[in-house]
Amino acid sequence: MKVNGSLHAPPLDPRRLLSDHLRHDLGLTGTHVGCEHGVCGCCTVLLDGEPVRSCLMLAVQAEGHEVSTVEGLAAAGAPLHPVQQAFHECQGLQCGFCTPGFLMSVVGLLAQHPDPTPEQVEEGIAGNLCRCTGYASIRRAVHRAAELSGK
Amino acid sequence: MKPPRFEYHAPSTVEEACELLGSLEDAKVLAGGQSLIPLLNFRLAQPAHLVDINRLSGLDAIYERDGGVAVQALARQAAVEDSEVAARVCPLLTAAVRLVAHRVIRNRGTVCGSIAHADPASELPAVLLALGGHVIGRSARGDRIIDAGDLFKGVFETALEADELLVEAWFPASSGAFAIVEESRRHGDFALAGAVRALGRLALFGVAPTPVLADAANPGRGLQPSGDLEATPEFRLHLVRVLTERVFAA
Amino acid sequence: MTTKWFGERVQRVEDDRLLRGHGRFTDDIDDGALESCLVRSPYAHARITSIDVAAARALPGVVAVYVATDLPFGNIDLPILIPHPNLTHGRTQRCLASEIVRYAGEAVAFVVAESRNIAEDAADLVRVDYEPLPVVITPEAGAAAKHLVHDDVPGNVAAEMLQEVGDVDRAMAAAPHRKKLHFRFERGAACPMEGRAVWARWSESERKLTVYDSTQSPTSIRGGLAVLFGLPESNVEVIAPDVGGGFGPKIMLFYPDELLVPFAAMQLGRPVKWTEDRQEHFTAVNQERGQVHEVEVGFDEMGRLLALSDDFIHDAGAYTPYGIILPIITAAQVPGPYRVPNYRVRFRAVYTNATPTSPYRGAGRPHACFAMERTLDSIAKELGIDRAEIRRRNFIQPDQFPYHLGVAWQDGNSVVYDSGNYPALLEKALAMLGPRPAGDHIGMGLGVYVEGTGVGPYEGAHVQVLVSGKVVAATGIPSQGQAHATVFAQVVADELGVAVADVEVTGGDTRRFPWGVGTFASRGAVTAGNAMAVSARMVADKAKLIAGEQLEVDPADLELVGGRVRVKGSPDRGISLAALSVLANPVRYAFGGGTEAATQFASKRRPGPPLADGEQPGLEATGYYSPPGSTWASGCHAAYVRVDPMTFRLEVLKYVVVHDCGRLINPFVVEGQIEGGVAQGIGGAFYERLAYDAEGQLRNASFMEYLIPYSTEVPEIEIGHIETPSPLNPLGVKGAGEAGVIPVGAVIGSAIEDALGVPITEMPLSPLKLFELSRPQPGRL
Repeated sequence: MKVNGSLHAPPLDPRRLLSDHLRHDLGLTGTHVGCEHGVCGCCTVLLDGEPVRSCLMLAVQAEGHEVSTVEGLAAAGAPLHPVQQAFHECQGLQCGFCTPGFLMSVVGLLAQHPDPTPEQVEEGIAGNLCRCTGYASIRRAVHRAAELSGK
Repeated sequence: MKPPRFEYHAPSTVEEACELLGSLEDAKVLAGGQSLIPLLNFRLAQPAHLVDINRLSGLDAIYERDGGVAVQALARQAAVEDSEVAARVCPLLTAAVRLVAHRVIRNRGTVCGSIAHADPASELPAVLLALGGHVIGRSARGDRIIDAGDLFKGVFETALEADELLVEAWFPASSGAFAIVEESRRHGDFALAGAVRALGRLALFGVAPTPVLADAANPGRGLQPSGDLEATPEFRLHLVRVLTERVFAA
Repeated sequence: MTTKWFGERVQRVEDDRLLRGHGRFTDDIDDGALESCLVRSPYAHARITSIDVAAARALPGVVAVYVATDLPFGNIDLPILIPHPNLTHGRTQRCLASEIVRYAGEAVAFVVAESRNIAEDAADLVRVDYEPLPVVITPEAGAAAKHLVHDDVPGNVAAEMLQEVGDVDRAMAAAPHRKKLHFRFERGAACPMEGRAVWARWSESERKLTVYDSTQSPTSIRGGLAVLFGLPESNVEVIAPDVGGGFGPKIMLFYPDELLVPFAAMQLGRPVKWTEDRQEHFTAVNQERGQVHEVEVGFDEMGRLLALSDDFIHDAGAYTPYGIILPIITAAQVPGPYRVPNYRVRFRAVYTNATPTSPYRGAGRPHACFAMERTLDSIAKELGIDRAEIRRRNFIQPDQFPYHLGVAWQDGNSVVYDSGNYPALLEKALAMLGPRPAGDHIGMGLGVYVEGTGVGPYEGAHVQVLVSGKVVAATGIPSQGQAHATVFAQVVADELGVAVADVEVTGGDTRRFPWGVGTFASRGAVTAGNAMAVSARMVADKAKLIAGEQLEVDPADLELVGGRVRVKGSPDRGISLAALSVLANPVRYAFGGGTEAATQFASKRRPGPPLADGEQPGLEATGYYSPPGSTWASGCHAAYVRVDPMTFRLEVLKYVVVHDCGRLINPFVVEGQIEGGVAQGIGGAFYERLAYDAEGQLRNASFMEYLIPYSTEVPEIEIGHIETPSPLNPLGVKGAGEAGVIPVGAVIGSAIEDALGVPITEMPLSPLKLFELSRPQPGRL
């Protein structure tokens, strides 16, 4: 399977969750685990460009697919991806634990709706929990991300 | 919360899948995984075998047939949500799929999986029932059509045999007035109660062990809804009356 | 000193790492660690008759299974963190239970294995025989004490405390009007997105224990581990790396894993880690909010409070490790921003067979605020007075500070409000709220609160200018998202005349700063912020001293601007902080970086030894701030809501916050804290309820059923500020962390009552609850 463009072998243990495989087998700890029942969204990654819960996939199921995680949004030392930049400008994060999940969800949203309406923004972030920000700054960040991505 | 041990099988043809389901003891089908994997993580389900059908090719079509929309086993809910065919032929299905959880879940979850899982609070079984659709169960013994009215047996229980794979769900066109409304605690949560109106019928979900057809004039008749943390039986019956009114006013 | 950064909306310095996915949360650390899990009691109250771990130990991949008898500290009761004379029957649990379990989730065995998967497989094989015992779950049942949680605690009463100001009985009897109210609060959970986690390594060669812990108090953990394992404190390092939210339960210590993981690491010669899963988080991590209040109030025809009595039961849970801080806070905060000339408050902290309780954002204040605000609303309704007007008539006025309440505060002092302007809060909130929207089933809610913040004992900070000119600072307290590294950098940057980007702040690492208390109770900015200022000022003074020697100028004529110390009025005459850092350390051997300037033949000689008596090398200082008492923040929230009369769904149409936390170091950060607090308040008002059944089982131990609001459930809020600086600390700041959550229940409850016309006296609410309250029922009050 491809992860952020690099080929990797899937784990031997079929019960290894994709979230654990990314974090502990591949060392990509940017994807976080908040609940392991698909509700909080901290584990959200892109599978072939679409947001999915990595805690609800067995790692072996990703074979033959492309997984994108937060680490792939900006190369080391390179400027932040527009979505990341927008979250920074709007203080769309505090503790940062839910943030990668939101970033990937928003990247997925903007790929589908580059100029989202407020309703589409609301739908796009509706499945991610944040306990720190109260969401207002995240909404602002998504609109800002659309602006920055449009440039 | 990590899954328990299981034997993992990833067949590449439907025949292989049916053969496995026919020969293995205590096997569960893994399709979208959005309902099953949480159960595995909680260790509430501990099947000896997991048959992952995601490698089956040619089983993800959404197409028009017999005056309705056919949705095959691996068609994702998101694909149905975006499907032009579904929107044209059965806009009720499109509207209903939008109510299922959140988009991220719909990216993996399947329509057929939702129907086979038969959660009493889920939307799609009730839509199938209201429209009078059917499913096709395939096994080594061949294909079997099961009408919606015969399909749902109880909580998480359908008429599908252990060796049958639900390969297709067929939804008649939702011509005429239709509507689906539900009441849930948070956006995307399971419904406390819901109502579907289509083709002159009313189906309710979340208020009985299976989706049920009801009489719009007296929708609560014969219902004995269960109680849980967010709704007592009385509150559910109240919501049934309210939602029935709303589904006909829509 | 001109402030350049103080009060500015400086963007966070923490973000780049976190946004790139390069955060370092405790579970991110593997480093070859074994993994583990805890076996927990499924029963709320039971005698353990046997524990059999043989099958678990035999499972391939399992390295060790520990029960109480395997632990040298197995029969030691964990410490009562905050003893109190009124806590006459405090009880704590042992690391692992072996005789009795008193809440579902209490730890019984610890499994260490090659992976968490295997550890969970092994946990399934641990056989514990339980004899279930009778259970008391609600605070009322605990107080009725038909069954005892602890055999040696009569009536299940851990503590009782009575305080009185004035003469309540006389004033109540003389009051023209009286009423009684009953308020009830159910338990809720903080639920940070990152669960708890611990990672530990023991180095036999260095005899050093290193622990990473998702905790709000590394210094306390370090102290406890040193005592427990008989190690010098200097041999124990505790680091809180990135922490994904705290909100209170992570200030609780010692959770069993915090002792078991280091113990296992020492035993097994390999690092060991433990990360909880969400399901166990619900019962393993401390909860809060369970209280029942009986209020009696006497008032006059103008709605002025003459006497108030509050008798409440506090649900302590099965053990009292945190003492009685929560009910003490509630008792102190009931009067709020109002004059209550005669006030009596009595509480009983009562044991129940449920998870122990300890602070969750708000920490006893939401209950107090709800009780007072709903009481005032009730009086207003009875007398036909506008709800805002009744508050105006009862406010403590701006010229009445310092205001002595006469009740005990959580820091051992008596409550004294230092500054505030409550009428201004109300007027501004009403102005922001605006007129009621048109439409049916719309209600308005209002809530005013005060908040004691910035408790001691103290915090410290170390600030140093490196020879490169960069500034590093450290404090003992960790951050869980409050942007300490940014906010404290602003304070230091102002004192030293440098840019925020040139100041790197580290917190929560005992290797960098070993002294301190922790991050909780809205105290970080007040205590550590002021400590940073103290320390940075000392560095600035030293820089001026050295520069004054070099430039032959009186230090009083010097200023720090742009990374240099320069002469006021002659900006060209100055020395860089980097150079001063070099000069501050007289060296024999230069080692590059400009240090040649500090060697004995190069630098200006002064009479006496290179280091004068009492002088220390380096351009650095360690300073402390110890508050004389809490400083009191305040605020007013107001809202319009609509309640669907058929489904009882809640829609918040408008929500405004006016907030006073004294001077704001970083308004951007404060707004984030308020927005997050309000969201938790909305959750606590209408969605989040820990649903225990009669057997003490938590029915909703998952995010599917414990309903934390998504963005779709949280409204946009408007925030206004007023500032009444604190006279108690040099920066004039007050705490801000908990403010957003405190009055939300009162506001939402008040608004729903206004919309639906049903009395609201409990939290949380839900559509089901409103449905039941709305139906006329014979026999219901």
